[in-house]
Amino acid sequence: MSATRPGRWRRIRALIIKETLQVVRDPSSFVVAFVLPALLLFLFGFGISFDATRVKVGLVIEEPTPETTWFLASLANTPFFDVRQSSDRRAFIDDLAAGRINGIIVLAGDFAERLARGDTAAIQVITDGSDPNTAGLVSGYVQGAWQSWRDQRALGSANVAPGQIAVNSRFWFNPELESRRFLVPGSISLIEMMIGSLLTALVVSREWERGTIEALLSTPVGIIEFIIGKVVSNFALGMCAMGICVLAALFVFNIPLRGSIFTLLGFTAIFLSVALSLGLLISTVARTQFLASQMAMLVAFLPGLYFSGFLFEIASMPAPLRAFAAIVPSKYYVQGLQTIFLAGDIGAVLLPASVVLAAMSLLLFALTARNTKQRLD
Amino acid sequence: MTDAVVTIEALTKRYDETGHVAIDDLTTVIKAGQVTGLVGPDGAGKTTLMRLMAGLLSPTSGTIRVCGFDVMTDAAAIHGTIGYMPQRFGLYEDLSVIENLNLYADLRGVQGNERRDTFDRVLTFTDLTRFTDRLAGALSGGMKQKLGLACAMLRSPKLLLLDEPSVGVDPISRRELWRMVYALIEQGVGVVWSTAYLDEAENCADVVVLHEGHVLFYGDPRGMTAQMAGRVFQLHGAGPEKRHVLARALTRPDIVDGVMQGDAIRLVVKKDTHPPDVTEIMTLPQVTLAPVAPRFEDAFVDTLGGQPKRTLGAAPRQRSEHRDANPVEARGLTRRFGSFTAADHISFKIARGEIFGLLGPNGAGKSTTFKMMCGLLRPSEGAALVDGLDLYKAPSAARARLGYMAQKFSLYGDLSVAQNLEFFAGAYGLSGARRREAVTHVARAFDLSPHMNESAGDLSLGFKQRLALSCAVMHDPPVLFLDEPTSGVDPLTRREFWGFINAMVSRGVTIMVTTHFMDEAEYCDRVALIYRGKCIAIDTPDALQQSVKSGVLPNPTLEDAFIGLVKAQEEAA
Repeated sequence: MSATRPGRWRRIRALIIKETLQVVRDPSSFVVAFVLPALLLFLFGFGISFDATRVKVGLVIEEPTPETTWFLASLANTPFFDVRQSSDRRAFIDDLAAGRINGIIVLAGDFAERLARGDTAAIQVITDGSDPNTAGLVSGYVQGAWQSWRDQRALGSANVAPGQIAVNSRFWFNPELESRRFLVPGSISLIEMMIGSLLTALVVSREWERGTIEALLSTPVGIIEFIIGKVVSNFALGMCAMGICVLAALFVFNIPLRGSIFTLLGFTAIFLSVALSLGLLISTVARTQFLASQMAMLVAFLPGLYFSGFLFEIASMPAPLRAFAAIVPSKYYVQGLQTIFLAGDIGAVLLPASVVLAAMSLLLFALTARNTKQRLD
Repeated sequence: MTDAVVTIEALTKRYDETGHVAIDDLTTVIKAGQVTGLVGPDGAGKTTLMRLMAGLLSPTSGTIRVCGFDVMTDAAAIHGTIGYMPQRFGLYEDLSVIENLNLYADLRGVQGNERRDTFDRVLTFTDLTRFTDRLAGALSGGMKQKLGLACAMLRSPKLLLLDEPSVGVDPISRRELWRMVYALIEQGVGVVWSTAYLDEAENCADVVVLHEGHVLFYGDPRGMTAQMAGRVFQLHGAGPEKRHVLARALTRPDIVDGVMQGDAIRLVVKKDTHPPDVTEIMTLPQVTLAPVAPRFEDAFVDTLGGQPKRTLGAAPRQRSEHRDANPVEARGLTRRFGSFTAADHISFKIARGEIFGLLGPNGAGKSTTFKMMCGLLRPSEGAALVDGLDLYKAPSAARARLGYMAQKFSLYGDLSVAQNLEFFAGAYGLSGARRREAVTHVARAFDLSPHMNESAGDLSLGFKQRLALSCAVMHDPPVLFLDEPTSGVDPLTRREFWGFINAMVSRGVTIMVTTHFMDEAEYCDRVALIYRGKCIAIDTPDALQQSVKSGVLPNPTLEDAFIGLVKAQEEAA
């Protein structure tokens, strides 16, 4: 294709105007660009939470002593537990099996003696292993509660054993460990991926499916101009959706923005170009909207969900999956977003991530350019 | 006036290396300042050739030069000088008329004052001035094609490629399109008009007749038609025996073609033979045979070797008892979609053994009526009855009495012929020995036995139609509904199909058929003209033609009748 054909900019402008009019009138673009982000954001922001508040536990006190009463009170006073009490563990076994409670804490008959001995296993925690996520949370919370009760008790009696190490945890950047603070950046990455790749693949394959590209390509418009028109309009759409997401994050979910808004937008622009080029690559193969959406789901959305590290810890995955995660663009974007929102403009994180994303984008655009056909066959 | 705008030499196009040849070693020229017809049935290679000329496909071998530019090396230059209107509406339905025009004006570089003048010209020319703010998707079929034409001619092209512009367009708009195209050729534009309708070939200065990627005929269609002089006759007066007479006539070796034309039968005799002796065909005193002027289709069928001779196998069995003299009846059928009335109090009765046609352009309400008759759409008012049974009060009993063949091939392409037949027999509730018997019977009746193990999707168009018809009549229904059964089908396949239908009718089956195809309507005993949701006339094709006969139109066609009746209706309103 010759580099400067007369009227190229006028044609591109006309195509962008056309795309804009279509987005305004076509409900499906509107849904993908505005309704879906809102839905995902609220789903992840309000619906899904990995914070267990009000964990239902059964506390078994086999032999009441002042210590057991104190421990019971300290459990019941935190916002995390909903405590029921009994003197026999058998009373809770059916409840645990039926899922009516999340765990059983047993203070054995010799609780006071074990405590006095400084026994490490003074209490027993029974959880439902069929739901490992909740089980882990319950045991973690109980351990935390146990630790803090022991600290309090030691403080009260002022007889900290010399040489004993007290672990004092501090969670930086997200002191309350609110899962929303990392779920919202994660869902922003999903939304940008959807708009960049799914919507782009859809709007291009739609032109094939409806036959409108045939009439376009019989005019002086080249396929490159056609693609530029799509890229520009979807890029604008992606940035608009980003704006909505940022406003929602700051003012609805009260997530702090510790980095600058310009870093956020610039970093997003780089990621969006990766998503757009992925969508274009899909559209060089898929010529029906159905196929395009299937491929975008498989290639863009699902990896972005599972391997971006916002739902599942990448470090705990087996080596082959970790290697795969390294080529998932969402991983770098989520990492960067979490940093910009919760920590600030930290070059040591953002620069390498930007370089990787920019490289991915260049590679995908190159592949798209190679696979794009100038004609219908 | 006769410079070539397109020269095609030894052109071959295959879509994949081993696959079938869409265009096979084709050589031809397209001249400037005239309409060249690209004529052929579906699958003949018309669209492929159009796209090749538009520089949208690259040839496998051979060369095409358009306005002096090679399509392989200078596609960009070609795109600047041609106008192309694809077969499917290629504009944006979610943009308005003026937005589509603006887009294409920008893309073609029509600017400033020139743009204003051009818009004035094309909007007046296409009579779309009143509709500039309407979304293109809300236009009628005819108006869409006019908008497509308007966008394609914005920059006064040297070559205008129109791919089946008259499909889905009512007869009135079709005539307007032709008038516009004639106005363009006076300015020296070369126009290529592709069509599956042979009657349109007669409007062209030259035709390229395509058949399976080959050129069957190139030149003046009148020249081709003239070869048939003295060989075409109309047989009148056969009355109710007409279908039988046609079937008998077709068994004779000296007759190459025969079709129904209202009450008359059109017969074409073999070259260098005498007109057939009527008494050999039919010993009825009132039967007469008169020579008539040949038409392009006669020549086309003759070139292809005439109508295939085959003896019909055992036709479908006939149900003995009938409950009603009028097996199909529409009583004030009305269907509203919101404020829009798609069908407005449509009533008719169809007699047993009659072929009844619903004729009208796309969007007239013909399909809506048809769907209500099949029980697929609930009427807002009125009732549809089959054998006296209301399709909504006794749906399963009524549907058991009708067979339905959809417009598109709606069988399972991945299943074999036998599996499709088995499936439909099962769907009609036939099992065990009765199912086997039914499958064997239709396979024999429609000559499907040699193809039983082939995939339905791999069959030729003619066999696909036979299979679809077999599945529709599997349960031996007294009533058969056909939705546009032969649109886009080549004339030979169409004749064969109507041969089957005629055989079924002669055994008492009642047929209702929808069509926008005037030739197809001539096979009907009576037709109902549907226009804008209303039934504007019901009569025999002959009577409808007679009703518009005048000094200007001594021999009106059914299309003339349609246009005349629509105009009369509009003047009355």
